[in-house]
Amino acid sequence: MSEEKPPKLRAGIPKEIHPGERRVAIVPRMAAKLVKLGFDVLVESGAGTEAAFTDHAYVEAGARIVEGASAVWREADLILKVREPEGSEPEQLKEGARLISFLWPAQNKELIERLARRRATVLAMDAVPRITRAQKLDALSAMANIGGYRAVIEAASLYGRALGGQITAAGTVRPANVFVIGAGVAGLAAIGCAKSLGAIVRAFDTREAVREQVESLGGEFITFHFDERGEGEGGYAKQMSEAYLAAEQELIAGHAKDADIVITTALIPGKPAPKLLTSGAVVSMRTGSVVVDLAAEQGGNCALTERDRTVERYGVTIIGATDLTSRVARQASELYAGTVVNLLEEVVRDGAFAPDLDDEIHRAMIVLQEGKVMWPPPKPEVRAAAPLPVKPPAPPPVPEKPAPSIWARRAGLAALAVALALLGAFAPASLIPHLTVFLLACVVGWHLVWNVTPALHTPLMSVTNAISGIIVIGGMLLTAGPRVDLGTWLAAAAVLVASINIAGGFLVTQRMLKMFRR
Amino acid sequence: MSPSLPSVAYIVASFLFILSLRGLSQPDTARRGNVLGTIGMLIAMAVTALALWGPGAAPNLPSPSTAGVLAAAVAIGSALGALLASRVAMTQMPELVAVLHSFVGAAAVLVGIVTKLRGGPAAETGGIAHELEIAIGVLVGAVTFSGSVVAFLKLRGTVGGRPLLLPGRNLLNLAMLAGAAVLVGVQLATTSHETAVLCLLGVTAIALALGVHLVAAIGGGDMPVVVSMLNSYSGWAAAAAGFMLSNDLLIITGALVGASGAILSYIMCVAMNRSILNVVFGGFGAQAPVAAAVEAGAAGPVHETSVPEVAELLGSAKSVIVVPGFGMAVAQAQHAVREITDALAARGKTVRYAIHPVAGRLPGHMNVLLAEAGVSYEIVKEMDEVNDELGDTDVVLVIGANDIVNPAAQDDPHSPIYGMPVLEVWKAGRVVMLKRSLAAGYAGIDNPLCYRDNTLMLFGDAKQSVTKLLAALQGAA
Repeated sequence: MSEEKPPKLRAGIPKEIHPGERRVAIVPRMAAKLVKLGFDVLVESGAGTEAAFTDHAYVEAGARIVEGASAVWREADLILKVREPEGSEPEQLKEGARLISFLWPAQNKELIERLARRRATVLAMDAVPRITRAQKLDALSAMANIGGYRAVIEAASLYGRALGGQITAAGTVRPANVFVIGAGVAGLAAIGCAKSLGAIVRAFDTREAVREQVESLGGEFITFHFDERGEGEGGYAKQMSEAYLAAEQELIAGHAKDADIVITTALIPGKPAPKLLTSGAVVSMRTGSVVVDLAAEQGGNCALTERDRTVERYGVTIIGATDLTSRVARQASELYAGTVVNLLEEVVRDGAFAPDLDDEIHRAMIVLQEGKVMWPPPKPEVRAAAPLPVKPPAPPPVPEKPAPSIWARRAGLAALAVALALLGAFAPASLIPHLTVFLLACVVGWHLVWNVTPALHTPLMSVTNAISGIIVIGGMLLTAGPRVDLGTWLAAAAVLVASINIAGGFLVTQRMLKMFRR
Repeated sequence: MSPSLPSVAYIVASFLFILSLRGLSQPDTARRGNVLGTIGMLIAMAVTALALWGPGAAPNLPSPSTAGVLAAAVAIGSALGALLASRVAMTQMPELVAVLHSFVGAAAVLVGIVTKLRGGPAAETGGIAHELEIAIGVLVGAVTFSGSVVAFLKLRGTVGGRPLLLPGRNLLNLAMLAGAAVLVGVQLATTSHETAVLCLLGVTAIALALGVHLVAAIGGGDMPVVVSMLNSYSGWAAAAAGFMLSNDLLIITGALVGASGAILSYIMCVAMNRSILNVVFGGFGAQAPVAAAVEAGAAGPVHETSVPEVAELLGSAKSVIVVPGFGMAVAQAQHAVREITDALAARGKTVRYAIHPVAGRLPGHMNVLLAEAGVSYEIVKEMDEVNDELGDTDVVLVIGANDIVNPAAQDDPHSPIYGMPVLEVWKAGRVVMLKRSLAAGYAGIDNPLCYRDNTLMLFGDAKQSVTKLLAALQGAA
């Protein structure tokens, strides 16, 4: 620690100005953490009101309340926001200040230029790489999770029937069929929520790798066979060809027809959302069904979606709301604030805001550094090399045993032929029947043991061991003789040890097997 | 008695043996299988005795005194066997099985030698084929006998588990086989009965040495394969005796046992991703100590934990998987472990056991121990069944297992066990390893799992740790 402390960083939390936005970037509990991290925390009065956090709560956490957004923007060295700056906000940013928020740099080129003119350093919360270490920063997943949950709640409230099945005195209630398209975080949350409300849930995703996750939540995974892999870089789905899309639409239409609620969550980063639910598919749906289009902000997965509106088309209610997470503002704010603070814990060192460009995560998130455009980051090389970044790393290839060469096999066959020829030429005729019996018994033994469950290997071994005590017969035949001589005694010794084997083997097996119980 | 009766009885016995092995493949039918095998054996022995001494037996009736000797031998042997079977602890099953194999080997050797004693020189008896049958029977029997004795000593710990690696050991094996072949050649050529018998004894001696050398060269970690291989050998020895005596029952039974033992060995080898030749010719684990010494220093800190911490961890877990290893057997901790899992199951947690195919020193060893402790076999899962689920498991308790949960088998191409399928316990939320110390496993390989961030080490004797853990859990309940 240096002796003269750098001046305290001032973090500012303005009230979100986007219409309908109720979230706030920092909740009081996280404000306290920021104070502990060494920040001076400024909160615009009323910033948390919509998410049910009072100014008082912020003050208790050690933050300072200031009146009006301009005061926050003017004073803060670091602005923490949920939505990207809009209106006059970018120009209000202090020269050389930092900003952390959702930014969507691919769609907001102009905004980036405006921020660059402020010589700002900007980290985009939507650019967190999908790697294990970065999970605690993954605000998108946190929001998607809430969005998926809320989608089900919205659909349930507009769907005129119950989701769970019941048999009552007044009649039988059939459980609702919920069809989820896209099993990312939002889709999975929707599956879990719908399932827990009692619905029958089916889910579709182009990535076969998510099957297990869908099934683990109690959903039924719908398989789609087409010769193109849906897994793109960094765990996101990628765009597909025309023919692929057509086949996909057809499959989805088939399932949508039987669904009471369809929730679409398919997004492709930086691209308009794929139109998976065609108007034809909507027409075929039952009257009173509900579609929730979580991709409405990117143009919608449903052809009939209208952004920010709930409309009725062909008797089907289509929800195009883009503020679903905001409707769970309190929870969403808490989780978002958590990811922001986790990020700050990483990038603030010794009281200074210092993203490390060598760090894979920081590099991916940084959009502007002191006005210099850093986005897009260089392609992650490691990922590019591994075309299938499924969550658990694929086990390393087990070294294959080299197949025996064709020559070795031919040599073996030749040797066998020679051996058989020799046998035919020289073996006494009496040997042949025994050999036949021997070989047939080998084949029987071979087939008998293949399906033994591993749990029974030990008992099997002790039983075969007892059975191989059959050699006692040999001993018995040799013991018998016209008189007792050395041979008799030796043979008797053989009988003795073989008897130990027989009695010991069968009895100990019996003892073991008695213990196996269901 | 009709001369066909023994043959028919032998057919019945063979059939019963086949049904017995078949029954042994599933837990539900296993006990019946064992009973059928016993009945088959009794029929075979009774009919043989009847044919020798019964009414209307062979015209040159064997002397009754030999019948007395025989009865005494059977009685003493059976009594000894019964005693062994009732006394042996389940943890000592590997030793028992090994020693029983040696008996079959010894019997085969004795049968071969007596056959030779009774016969004349090659020219006068059944010819070359018969002499060869005797020599092969004695050879296989002797290898089985001495190999099993060494395996038994290794399993008991009387002899160390490390492989004995003589320079040029494969050449040595070949030389011994060549020597035996020469002796057999002399035995075939000679006209003197004494020389022939001496040659056979020489073959026996060489085969005994060969058996010792073969098994001594195999590392302790490969014991499950060795035991099942010897099981197979003992079958072949019985079959060879059958050829000697022209007895189909012996041939059939020996072949059944030989084939089943071979398959078991093959299954074990697949479970370790090794070729059977690699195991048979030994030397595995020889370079490992060096590697372990190098790695141990660089491996970094371990996270040590305490009994109350583990109890708390288990208390908050929803799903728990127990991975038992040889350490659990050594410490006789299986009963205490079962009580822990019972206690956890009573609290509504999902508890299962995961068994690696080569856990312990005998194929299926862990299953027997858990069965003894009263664990339902339905919650005892095999590696393939459980590996996919480990990712969703909150806590994995590794009790006295090491190599079978070693991530180096997947990550470290230089590791001697690289490529061996292992239980991927590190995928679980937390791994608690109960271990006596940081010492390497039986294969002599350091385990990087100990140094993982989600691995907690609970040091101490498995039994004591488990007993304390049980007390802590019951206290918390």
